[in-house]
Amino acid sequence: MTGLLAMFRRLEGPQTVGRGPAFWGLFALVLAVALAYPLFSDGYTVGNTVYFFVWVFIALSLCLIWGYGGSLSFGQTAFFGIAGYSYGILTINFGSGYGFTLLALVMAVAIAALFAVLLGYFMFFGRIAGVFLGIVTLAVTLMLERFMAQTAGPEWHIGAARLNGFNGMSAMPPLTIPWPGEPIVLFADVGLYYLVLGLLAFVYLALRILMNSSFGNVIVAIRENPERAEMLGYDVRKYQLITFVIGAALAGLSGVLYTVWGQYITPSSMGMTAAALPLIWVAVGGRSDLTSTVIGTLVVLAAFQALTIYGSQYALVFMGVLLVLTVLIAPNGLVLGAMNWLGRIASRLTQRAG
Amino acid sequence: MSLLELRKLNKHFGGLHVTNSVDLTLRAGEIHCLIGPNGAGKSTLFRLILGEHRPGSGDILFAGENITALKSFARIHRGLSVKFQVPGVFKGLSVRQNLEIALQSRHRGGELEAEIGRLLAFLGLESEQTQIAGNLSHGQKQWLEIGMAISLKPRLLLLDEPTAGMSPEETHMTGEMVQRLNAGGMTVLAIEHDMAFVRQVAHRVTVLHLGQVFAQGSIDEIVADERVAAIYLGQAHA
Ligand SMILES: Nc1ncnc2c1ncn2[C@@H]1O[C@H](COP(=O)(O)OP(=O)(O)OP(=O)(O)O)[C@@H](O)[C@H]1O
Ligand SMILES: [Mg+2]
Repeated sequence: MTGLLAMFRRLEGPQTVGRGPAFWGLFALVLAVALAYPLFSDGYTVGNTVYFFVWVFIALSLCLIWGYGGSLSFGQTAFFGIAGYSYGILTINFGSGYGFTLLALVMAVAIAALFAVLLGYFMFFGRIAGVFLGIVTLAVTLMLERFMAQTAGPEWHIGAARLNGFNGMSAMPPLTIPWPGEPIVLFADVGLYYLVLGLLAFVYLALRILMNSSFGNVIVAIRENPERAEMLGYDVRKYQLITFVIGAALAGLSGVLYTVWGQYITPSSMGMTAAALPLIWVAVGGRSDLTSTVIGTLVVLAAFQALTIYGSQYALVFMGVLLVLTVLIAPNGLVLGAMNWLGRIASRLTQRAG
Repeated sequence: MSLLELRKLNKHFGGLHVTNSVDLTLRAGEIHCLIGPNGAGKSTLFRLILGEHRPGSGDILFAGENITALKSFARIHRGLSVKFQVPGVFKGLSVRQNLEIALQSRHRGGELEAEIGRLLAFLGLESEQTQIAGNLSHGQKQWLEIGMAISLKPRLLLLDEPTAGMSPEETHMTGEMVQRLNAGGMTVLAIEHDMAFVRQVAHRVTVLHLGQVFAQGSIDEIVADERVAAIYLGQAHA
């Protein structure tokens, strides 16, 4: 019981922006609006919101590995793709009966995590760090993309699942919850919305607890000074590997949810653009804070989509401009900068009042 | 009884023989100072003891155990701790968080809070606790890192130039702190250029020159040694 209480106290701490009744009141309000919103909207818009939410998980994975851990990884899209394809292969072969799609979701995330264990072990215990970590992860991502892109021939199949090269894999079953009478199929509207929203709230809160725990302390210590962290008795490589694997699992979750949302997954989900975009969302939001990452990602995605109506080239230029502005104005992230500014004003006001 | 024993330790950086067949024994409970001109290989010797560098040949024994092949963090678990020459604090984190990270593997909850408070008071950094460590003065960073190093309650504390950048008063206070820790049973190996500090604390002194043990003895013996004076005169005194 006290353990549980201590855990909840860890929702706040030096590693996360936002504390106190004002912040959590706002959090509850946002959650309430998010819960009520499908009642006042149409299926298409709700489905589009799910699409935004799906990307937040990969952004959070990057926030964890890069923002908190200090290792810039381009490999998150690789885990995204691996999990997405894994879900497709599993469910196309074994169907959606008996709740298997839910098991497939978990298995696909686990496969991505397992891949991260192998890759991460090779990198961290081979003392690959800094820029080289970025290069290795990017190489792995692009290799996977190239490999999947050349699997167009009928000889490329795993059981009943054709890999389909550049066109990608499609027609995998959506998530299906077994239910007495009729199973509940979570199509890409209200049903999937509530599942993804629940997962998002859960992952966000769990990461807050994790980052404000002693484990989180070690992660940021390694970012600040790995040598000092090791000389305090921490097995730095082990911590880096664990963080990398948790991040990979989150990126994998993103990949599975994306795959069930659109019922397709293609090699370009692991391409250069796909690898770069999450970096921009996270950098613009504020890579070293979970809340800033979530807000930044949703805002940038919405703006990107709004601009794409006028042509995708404008949207990409906009992203570039946004990144440059961030670097110039608020190198730690625009959202994070704004939140810190608001926090300072609030504390000045309460000081004056008190 | 010897706590640390270096046996025929060798280390090359390319053609540079930085550690040349070094034999050194630390007695449990002593304060031992390591002196020598710039570039003598003092810091490198620390990195060998800590496992950041691997020796080309030779052995490192700690409390009778051969630790030559152990990873750094495992050596820390055996009872080693270090303050580096260049202050290695977590620059982007608060002073308080720096100490929390050092203390959290030994203490939890309210006990951890109490320990942090005690250490802050001991270091005289109470009013700086919410400051970002990177904003501290050089001397304060030194203190903070010393605080982190001693919070592990090591059997052997390695201090690489602990008083660099400190005023004579601060240096003297650091010396008193080292003596207090030593009285509590901690063995100390300190690299220092400040002779007042060495005179204040050292039980024994080892002079390192060109990677070799050049002389060893009490501070008076070392100061009286003309050969030692000669190698220091060979260069601008630090
Ligand atoms: N990683 C390294 N690679 C190559 N050469 C190194 C490395 N580290 C140290 N050296 C060289 O080894 C020699 C000894 O360096 P070390 O830092 O051990 O000296 P020191 O006795 O601590 O000097 P100081 O009093 O200036 O701190 C120097 O010539 C230095 O340039
Ligand atoms: Mg040195």
